[in-house]
Amino acid sequence: MNIRLKDICFSYEDAPILAQINCTLKSGLFHAVLGPNGSGKTTLLDIISGFKPPTRGEVYLDQTKLSGISRRKISQAVSLVSQDYTINFPFSVYEVILMGRHPFIDRFSRPSSADMDLAERALGLTGLHALKDRKVTELSGGEKQRCVFARALCQDSPVLLLDEAFSNMDISHTIQLLSLIKNEVETRGKTVIAVLHDLNLAAAWADHILFLKSGHITKLGPTSEVFTSENIRSVFDIDVRVEYNDYVKTKQAYFRKSEHA
Amino acid sequence: MNKNNGISFKNTRFVVACFTIVLLIAVLISLTMGYLHIPIGQILHIVSERLAGSAPSTHQMADTFRAVIFDVRLPRILTCVAVGGALSVSGVLFQGILLNPLADPYTLGVSAGAAFGASVAILLNLSATFVSIPLFAFIGACATLFFVVFLSYSSKQNAAGLSSNNLILSGIIVAAILSAGISFLKFVANEQVSVIIFWLMGSFASKTWGNFWTVLIFLGLGTGIALFYARDLNLISLGNRAASSLGVNLKRITLILLITGSMLAAISVSISGIIGFVGLLVPHMIRFLTGPDNRRLIPVSLLAGAILLLAADTITRAVLPHEIPIGILTALTGGPVFCWIFKKSRMR
Repeated sequence: MNIRLKDICFSYEDAPILAQINCTLKSGLFHAVLGPNGSGKTTLLDIISGFKPPTRGEVYLDQTKLSGISRRKISQAVSLVSQDYTINFPFSVYEVILMGRHPFIDRFSRPSSADMDLAERALGLTGLHALKDRKVTELSGGEKQRCVFARALCQDSPVLLLDEAFSNMDISHTIQLLSLIKNEVETRGKTVIAVLHDLNLAAAWADHILFLKSGHITKLGPTSEVFTSENIRSVFDIDVRVEYNDYVKTKQAYFRKSEHA
Repeated sequence: MNKNNGISFKNTRFVVACFTIVLLIAVLISLTMGYLHIPIGQILHIVSERLAGSAPSTHQMADTFRAVIFDVRLPRILTCVAVGGALSVSGVLFQGILLNPLADPYTLGVSAGAAFGASVAILLNLSATFVSIPLFAFIGACATLFFVVFLSYSSKQNAAGLSSNNLILSGIIVAAILSAGISFLKFVANEQVSVIIFWLMGSFASKTWGNFWTVLIFLGLGTGIALFYARDLNLISLGNRAASSLGVNLKRITLILLITGSMLAAISVSISGIIGFVGLLVPHMIRFLTGPDNRRLIPVSLLAGAILLLAADTITRAVLPHEIPIGILTALTGGPVFCWIFKKSRMR
């Protein structure tokens, strides 16, 4: 499913968060969104997921206007792993994951065996099988985040939005899940849009990178083209060197201590 | 896995059936108790006679029993059962919407609003007419609710227009203002002050069939709405963005459930005064039994709340030498129980 943002603007009162966003995010590609704090990354995802309607402009899912369809229809197309993974009541891990199927289950129906198969699959893929019956309120931060991630996988929608979905995970789970998503993108043509803070993970896994600064897209294109020291420097205001790394088999960014400090 | 889930659903039916049976037994036992002891056989006989519509036996004693059962005890018992259920369902809704297991039907100031309305009615000496106090209490509760929602509503945040923090804060502010208002009313009330105080402490004494049907209609409606949106209430506990991304229309559902919960609380308060701790304690305890899934929690809490409040009312009506206000009894027993549960869940 392709996502097209047309003339998107978003502002709180007079404070503009996003200004004139025009871009197309294509099916079968892993997009990383990079930008400093407060550059509008989360708001961008909020607008694509329909959580916040844009002040101006329109989002299209393929040819469909997002503003013209119901919340439920949107949730069948777009899933989200948000930054906030607190769950206030002691549901079991399995119950939370199965909630990902709710957009597809009628109000008073029980989950079908297909729904349960998807939940099992999500459990397996995220390595949560052993924690299946544990209460989510008793999990560690990283485990909760994996559980929320599994719920989005279980939703199995063509578009997957990740908002710092790995912020509390250890490196091994991060790599495992990134590879998993990458595989879904390649084999099943999903559209992934991930807000990441680790530039090098983005360089290694993303097909396209979108640089966001103060509510504007400064660059959007294939990773090999836009992941350059000039672009990173202009967005983050840091000294950086980008070089091809043999081991990673892609470009990586290197940073150093400021010499003036 | 299939099995696991199937069992939990069947389990719910089993638990609901058990609680229903316990409730029926509790009602029967409560009917026997009181100043005049009526043997359980007599009760079954008289009730089945009435239900079957057959001509009543003209025995002198049976007439007295009939009057005691149908005119005095049954309306009181059934009103109490309905209020217990309404307060519990209301508690579940508030805890779910406000994302806070410590919320209760009175968190948003509904009780203070009802109390203020009732105090005004008592002060203006409207208590002679039959509906005034409940009506004023109900209007006070509703007005308070809408003011609290108005205070916490912000048009800027579109999807998350009603955040739980804003609601709780507005509720506390409004309740504080109203309780000062109630104090003032008490101050100027002179001889009526004791009526106000007694009303505030809650009682089921001299409840009528009219009271019962009023609560029952609201309870039926409220529980229906609550069950209809129970699944969305589950999703809300995942947080705003997650719930929204799973198809929940947050603003609409929060508002609907908020009004439903408040109506249940308002009707309860207006009929029987302020009865604390039922709405807080019952959902809390039942969550240990059914888990947090609202589709199970709502029906089981309803029944458990009914049983609990009936037990409390029967104790104050028939066991204690002198009837004490039920609000005091529930607070004095519920409070310590809550402390214990709270401490225990902290220790784990």
